[in-house]
Amino acid sequence: MSKGKSTPLGRVRNHGAAAEGTGHFVGQRVSAIALLILATWFVLSAALTMDGPTYLAAIDFLVSPVNAVGVILLVMVALYHMRIGMGEVINDYIARPFTKVVLLLLNALVPLVIAAGALFAVLLVNFGA
Amino acid sequence: MAGATRPERPLSPHVSIWRWHVTMATSILHRVTGVALYGGMILFCFWLMAVAAGPEAYEPFGAFLAGPIGQIGLYLIVAAFAYHLANGVRHLVFDTGNGLKPADAETTAWFAILFAVAAPIGLWALVTFGG
Repeated sequence: MSKGKSTPLGRVRNHGAAAEGTGHFVGQRVSAIALLILATWFVLSAALTMDGPTYLAAIDFLVSPVNAVGVILLVMVALYHMRIGMGEVINDYIARPFTKVVLLLLNALVPLVIAAGALFAVLLVNFGA
Repeated sequence: MAGATRPERPLSPHVSIWRWHVTMATSILHRVTGVALYGGMILFCFWLMAVAAGPEAYEPFGAFLAGPIGQIGLYLIVAAFAYHLANGVRHLVFDTGNGLKPADAETTAWFAILFAVAAPIGLWALVTFGG
């Protein structure tokens, strides 16, 4: 299809939607499969190796390299997955445009900030003074 | 047509006349547990930050988690996770085009609910009595 004769608006319209309609669909399922392993691993290994929610038990758990890498992966993949899911819930149930946009913005920012804090925390436990 | 009463138009099936079925519950529960796990994940990240902040900063967090509200909360998060996991697998199977017959979907729906009830009890028993 030649685009030579169409107006700028026509060209934009020809692109249809943002052309990424299946991106979230695929991402949500790939991250679901990853979380199937990561989250199950964390729940079982934390419940079975940690002796209660004490400070020392937490440090002991997080200084193991395998556990540290596992927790970092868990946080990143889970925050990606829950952001897509919450985005769907907001789009489905929030009708007021202003509220919807505010919530979608929060949903875009909060997981990012939380993830940065959590990853820095795991690194600090392992390499901090 | 002036003054004629409008004939009653048929309405599409609506909330009040829908027969309750279990696959409806699993769909709603998937979203509810998803939103709950969103909160749980944020708390988990705060827990990591509290650990990194040192023993004094961690103390109130640890005391809360060890207390009754914290323990019930952890139990409920495990239950929500178990449900979201089982029903998530169900949805992955649905995506392949399998398990969509009403009878099959209802059987697996009950299985997901059963798993959500059994898994946290099993984990709690394993932690408490497993050594």
